[in-house]
Amino acid sequence: MQAPITHILPVAAIRRERLMSAGGRIIARRGQVVRPLDVVAEAMIRPEHLLLDIGRGLGLEPKEADHYIQRRAGDQVGEGDVIAGPVGIGRRVVRTPRSGTVVVAGEGQVLLELEGQYSELKAGYSGVITDIIEERGVVIEAVGSLVQGLWGNGRINFGLLRVMAHSADEVLSPSLMDVSLRGSVIVAGHCDEDKTLRTANELSVSGMILASMDANLVPAALSVSYPIMLVEGFGHLPMNPDAYLILTSSGGQEVVVNAEPWDRIGNNRPEAVISLPEGAAPENPTELAAFAIGQTVRVSSSPCKGMVGTLTNLPQGFSLLPSGLRAQVAEVRLSDGKIVQVPLANLEIIG
Amino acid sequence: MESSLIDAGSVLAIEIGTVSTRVILFDVVEGHYRFLAQGTVPTTSSAPITDVSVGVKEALDHLHDITGRVFFSADGHMIVPSQPNGMGVDACVATVSIGPPLKVVAIGLLEDISTASAKNLASTTYARVVETMHINDRRDTVERLDTLLQLRPDLIVVAGGVEGGARGSVINLLEAVGLACYLLPKEERPEVLFAGNSALVDQVQSSIGGLVNLHIAPNVRQSYDSEQLTPSQPALSEIYRLVRSRQIRGLQDVDEWTGKNLLPSATAFGRTIRFISKEYAHTHKGVLGVDVGASATTIASAFSGELILSIYPGLGLGENLPEILKLCPLRDVLRWLPIELPEQELRNYIYNKALYPNSLPITTEELAIEQALACQAIYLASKQAIKAYPPNITGSLPGLLPWFEPIIASGSVLTKAPSATQALMMLLNGLQPTGVTTIALDRNNLAASLGATASVAPLLSIQSLDATNFVNLCTIISAVGKAPADAPILRVHMTNNDGQETELEVRHGSLAAIRLLPGEAGTLRLTPLHRFDVGMGGAGRGGTVKVIGGALGVVIDARGRPLRLPAEPTTRRELLVKWSEIATSGGH
Repeated sequence: MQAPITHILPVAAIRRERLMSAGGRIIARRGQVVRPLDVVAEAMIRPEHLLLDIGRGLGLEPKEADHYIQRRAGDQVGEGDVIAGPVGIGRRVVRTPRSGTVVVAGEGQVLLELEGQYSELKAGYSGVITDIIEERGVVIEAVGSLVQGLWGNGRINFGLLRVMAHSADEVLSPSLMDVSLRGSVIVAGHCDEDKTLRTANELSVSGMILASMDANLVPAALSVSYPIMLVEGFGHLPMNPDAYLILTSSGGQEVVVNAEPWDRIGNNRPEAVISLPEGAAPENPTELAAFAIGQTVRVSSSPCKGMVGTLTNLPQGFSLLPSGLRAQVAEVRLSDGKIVQVPLANLEIIG
Repeated sequence: MESSLIDAGSVLAIEIGTVSTRVILFDVVEGHYRFLAQGTVPTTSSAPITDVSVGVKEALDHLHDITGRVFFSADGHMIVPSQPNGMGVDACVATVSIGPPLKVVAIGLLEDISTASAKNLASTTYARVVETMHINDRRDTVERLDTLLQLRPDLIVVAGGVEGGARGSVINLLEAVGLACYLLPKEERPEVLFAGNSALVDQVQSSIGGLVNLHIAPNVRQSYDSEQLTPSQPALSEIYRLVRSRQIRGLQDVDEWTGKNLLPSATAFGRTIRFISKEYAHTHKGVLGVDVGASATTIASAFSGELILSIYPGLGLGENLPEILKLCPLRDVLRWLPIELPEQELRNYIYNKALYPNSLPITTEELAIEQALACQAIYLASKQAIKAYPPNITGSLPGLLPWFEPIIASGSVLTKAPSATQALMMLLNGLQPTGVTTIALDRNNLAASLGATASVAPLLSIQSLDATNFVNLCTIISAVGKAPADAPILRVHMTNNDGQETELEVRHGSLAAIRLLPGEAGTLRLTPLHRFDVGMGGAGRGGTVKVIGGALGVVIDARGRPLRLPAEPTTRRELLVKWSEIATSGGH
């Protein structure tokens, strides 16, 4: 059975697709070295349309009006340009009220596509463009410390890492925050009040990496303008030692927080990538593995939720759980030396 | 049964769910179809594999280990039909419930009539209506066009125009659909299902048929006062198959193995319930199917072969779980919990479960939480489903579940519950049935697969609907009426096969159980008091009814309809525990 894997690696080779939601123009080129704020592609999104009734404008039947339409699909028109006519002694014409592109013309009507909102796609990561995905985006390869999370608020940004956690579950409170955090990515343990999230927003932090957060803060977390990533999930949970070590030993380093929601089918999940100096020998993250003895695993549910340990045994058959359910289990030695039985369905490999 | 009646030989059923992928092998043994073996593995739709066919092959490897049967040729193709050397299977069917709900725009003429029907039709598959459009929505064609382009729906359902009714307005509404499809790249165009005035079909085809992926279905609103969704459901299933095969990697392969007959699991589940309702037509009651899954909760209600299928993706127990918080306050979930739990912990649990939808409850507390969530999902789904029942469906009071016989329960949270009592209490509290009914558990979660096999091997479906697969949980007698608390409302006299007699006076607000061994026959004489209704012909009317013992005997639910729990938390929790103990006492 294939096991789910969460990557928490001090030095990893990372390959990520950066895609626009709609087709557009790719600006970056293959081989280009990019920084997180570099624009790699641009597009006009959500264009609006305008339907011009040429027949009515010219006072003609639709079929007849078609003879007087001067523009065809694909033509660019400026505001005030004549689009149909002239007709009759009065030389009646129809002008375009706004600039745009003709997308359909006929049956006495012209459909104009008006200019949409300009949207640009930033690289998001520091790395090298290794591939171009036509009209959609780019592939970036980077080397850095990688900490994958479980939940993200859908935003992406980068900044210098600022460690606010003196322990893996320390609560972050507004009283600990000041203007010196502006532009930083905060690493903290737990957050239990929305005032903390709002204060960070007011201070213009660039991101927040938390071990855990109370679930009632989800609406507030979704409303702030900076990315928030949870490493362990909801409730008061300490950060696992591997992630805590990587993050707390990287203070002052540049970190990208891509807090996109976990999309299992699309293979996207929230993550933080810390830039490393050149010359680091990266490890290629293992993408496919079955459970095996000796692996570092994390427990995903109570009573040991969030705890990390070593898989020590994979008993055959099904075991009875305290809940009364039967499941295939693994024996895991937790960091305190205690050995617990955990269903395979409640384990993930850390590595 | 003579073997000549067997329509196909071996049948392989594949189920691809959000959490698990299962393969089930049926074959003919001594002239009867038998459930031979199954293999289950986690679904492989997510990273790192992101190909569901890999999971199916892995599950088939398990099946090969158990049965020795070879399913694939050396070049990797599924062997259908089976070969003289025993390799392969004679037929393959598959059901799927994985993936986000289809994004649907429902379009109709009037908001409350055809637009509502278009929405109702969408609710018969795994779909979420993200927008509605109708002639009174004050939008012009261009505004509708821009909305469609922004939303990029997977499916546009168009209804409108009763038979012999409006024409021009429907065509006007379709203008935006045609334009949107024209402007979108071909591979991003939505499927369009026209289920409106049949007189418009040619016009619809000529106006937008060349631009859109157009499907035609019978009019869902033949007249103003009647809605018919069932005839359009095959077209909807076909669209689901097409969209899902594009969205989920590996599904196209599975679809090919089935001869392009991949079905939504809920549709297949509904088929089974419809079939059972035909068998039970003599009871003059409906048949109710409840399936609580990770992707959705499904309520299939069938009345003499007429199916009403309601699928609620917002009430799935997997990744969508936090959506339940939009549908009810947390206290509505907490009320079913026999343990003390702060709201905040319940909310955290819900969000964490969504992050790890495959995880199993290890502790009794976690199990209680999952069962409370399932109970509330059933409660909300059944309340919604009741609204779609035609007015001629009879029950004791409006808003309550009408008479059903039997109620079939599927989904692991119910069928794999550690005790029969836990399954019963989730169903009893969630559905709150009325009258006399039997509750059966689809022990092997076969109901959907049997619905899918009906098209290739109808006898398989018939022969598998037996006590080996559908376990009789108990007979429920639910009395409905008004009386002071603790007043006697029902006298029950039961005589079993051995002539042993049991008498019981049931009081309002209580739950009672009578032991009756599984499979043992008994005769119940019911005498309602205070004009309580037990579904025997009207308020206050009693009579005799033959019952068969289930795992929990016979349970009499006199707790009231709708069920009202004590507001005081400690009292409520104690009562929940007490009711569970009473329900267990009817078992063995």
